[in-house]
Amino acid sequence: MPPKRLNPREFLSTTRLVVVAGKGGVGKTTVTAVLARAAADAGLRVLAVDLDGKPTLADLVGDVPHLSLTAPDALAEYLETHGLKRVAKRLAASGIIDVVSTAAPGIDDIVVLGKLKSLERSGDHDLIVVDGPAAGHAITFLLSARGLLDTVRGGPIRTQALEVLEMLGDPARCQVVLVTLPETTPVNELVETAYALEEQVGVQLGPVVVNGVDGSDESDGSDRGHGSGDLTIPDGTDPALAAAAAFRNARRAMHRREIERLSDALAIDQIHLPHVVTAGITRDDVARLAAGL
Amino acid sequence: MARRTATRAGAPEPVEPVEPVVTTAAALSAALAAAEVVVCCGSGGVGKTTTAAVLGLQLAGDGRRVVVVTIDPAKRLADALGLAGGLTNDPSRLDVDAPGELWAMMLDTAATFDGLVRTNAPSPEQAERILTNRFYRNIAGALSGTQEYMAAERLHALHDDPRFDVVIVDTPPTRNALDFLEAPGTLARFLDHPLFKLMMMPTRRGLKVLNVAAQPVLRTIGKVVGGDVLADAIAFFQAFDGMETGFRDRADAVMALLRSDATRYVLVAAPKRDTIDEARYFAARLDEAGLGVSALVVNRSTPTFGTPDPTVGRDAGDPVLEALWANHDELAAIAAAEHDQLAPLVDDVAPAPVCWVPMLPGDVHDVAGLHEIRRLLFGPDRPTG
Repeated sequence: MPPKRLNPREFLSTTRLVVVAGKGGVGKTTVTAVLARAAADAGLRVLAVDLDGKPTLADLVGDVPHLSLTAPDALAEYLETHGLKRVAKRLAASGIIDVVSTAAPGIDDIVVLGKLKSLERSGDHDLIVVDGPAAGHAITFLLSARGLLDTVRGGPIRTQALEVLEMLGDPARCQVVLVTLPETTPVNELVETAYALEEQVGVQLGPVVVNGVDGSDESDGSDRGHGSGDLTIPDGTDPALAAAAAFRNARRAMHRREIERLSDALAIDQIHLPHVVTAGITRDDVARLAAGL
Repeated sequence: MARRTATRAGAPEPVEPVEPVVTTAAALSAALAAAEVVVCCGSGGVGKTTTAAVLGLQLAGDGRRVVVVTIDPAKRLADALGLAGGLTNDPSRLDVDAPGELWAMMLDTAATFDGLVRTNAPSPEQAERILTNRFYRNIAGALSGTQEYMAAERLHALHDDPRFDVVIVDTPPTRNALDFLEAPGTLARFLDHPLFKLMMMPTRRGLKVLNVAAQPVLRTIGKVVGGDVLADAIAFFQAFDGMETGFRDRADAVMALLRSDATRYVLVAAPKRDTIDEARYFAARLDEAGLGVSALVVNRSTPTFGTPDPTVGRDAGDPVLEALWANHDELAAIAAAEHDQLAPLVDDVAPAPVCWVPMLPGDVHDVAGLHEIRRLLFGPDRPTG
């Protein structure tokens, strides 16, 4: 049975922590913002989280509560809450996160996941949406808990890793949403990442988001007067109009082809986000996309 | 398909689509002429790897022997070049129809680090002690900055390799990608690592490992990560004793190459706000280092299709025609918006040539696709012979 198109609102109330992952340039941050906005509009108490300290996500989500969670901050907080407050400041200030994560790789990831876990446990939010690391790093990020259990044989970090693993294995608490564009290479990479995540991490995959779909078959409000199907180019059409239409048709055909290929390769529900006709996506675009879900 | 030139110096000129521009193609060729090293920088997902491969194809077409080094772990270059077995840390020669040669490899950070250790260790036994150390195995691939440093190191080695005339590298898509351009003190990043400084103390006879118990910070780290992890680290630094001079000399040589006239920097961006911001950041970093941008490549820009005949009515009540106009206007509006958004970056890199690669109706994932982009960048194929 081919994967079905999913009602995104349904999905957003089935789990409490959504980690959005995908390769660079596929619009991961946009998708994070759209999911957060849609959930907030549906009345959920939402927290949007970025892990890179850049202002992009905060800009896009507008009045949805937002948290910037970087590894050095998370480590400093971790040390403080584990009776190491006195050195925590000095450690953070001297770039010691680098040192600690070097000595035991994955520790920076585990403190971030640990913080997400405590946010998820706090009950302050119905849904936490995280703009996760790029696809390659997403696997190591989510594998860090398992990896640390091998190297760290005792102490608070081990406890942390065990608790994070428990969360990752429970679909009612945590799911991963993979993002792709309807293009050959991103689709191939998404399929690889999906298998790796399921096999190695054992985390539940939520729906796949196909971002930037031109000629989406649903009424999304972004349509600017010309239908979303193929453009008809009658004989004798002005060459400039014909060339523009041929370009658009070819692009839409490619998108349909790639979505089809993704459906064949991966039996996971899909959410399609329409192509936004702009060079730089804004808060208003996000609100409109969220409303279209 | 029409291409546009970019306005220089940020002059707010109206956006006029321009027919294919020979000057830009020629300027790009000129910018790369006599280059021995080409560094492609930009954020992730903008087509850096593809651009590196396309520049490689072009230079091989000019009769040069080119090696393209990719850091992309997704093996996209291998896919694009039809290498079924993928790329390895050793260059493989590709079958391209060109007077020159095209080779490609994927940087293996850990293997490059191993090579550096073997070269610099006073004895094979000492090299072995380091290479088998668990702490070393962890940092060789994972230490932040290591990848950038090893990329520069490998680049230097390939530059000295008599098999190649030109080395093209795509840098990691991080803000640290150009860290190796900074002062010599930070170049040997590995040696300037805080852990190294914490544990080692210079003495007259070289470096000496400090007593862990005497260092509160080390004790704290031990509490968090466990004592055995720390013991591995100390054993590593003891084994490393005496090798730091060789590492530093090598780092200085690498930096001299990257700052020389033989090295060109090509910025790669896409017409999206975040990638433009990253490209401007790289441009500023290069400028601070006293280095110029040789060319800016803007991938995936929306193409323009010329001006329709104004006598073709748009309000004729014909829905087919209206849809065609709406599509044309929409694409033209996006192209204009992209152009405006790129203007500050174009200004930053002036007088470097700016090359617009229009978004193609299909995805680029094979050699034919690379050739198509090459023709868009450098103009139609010249007759050979």
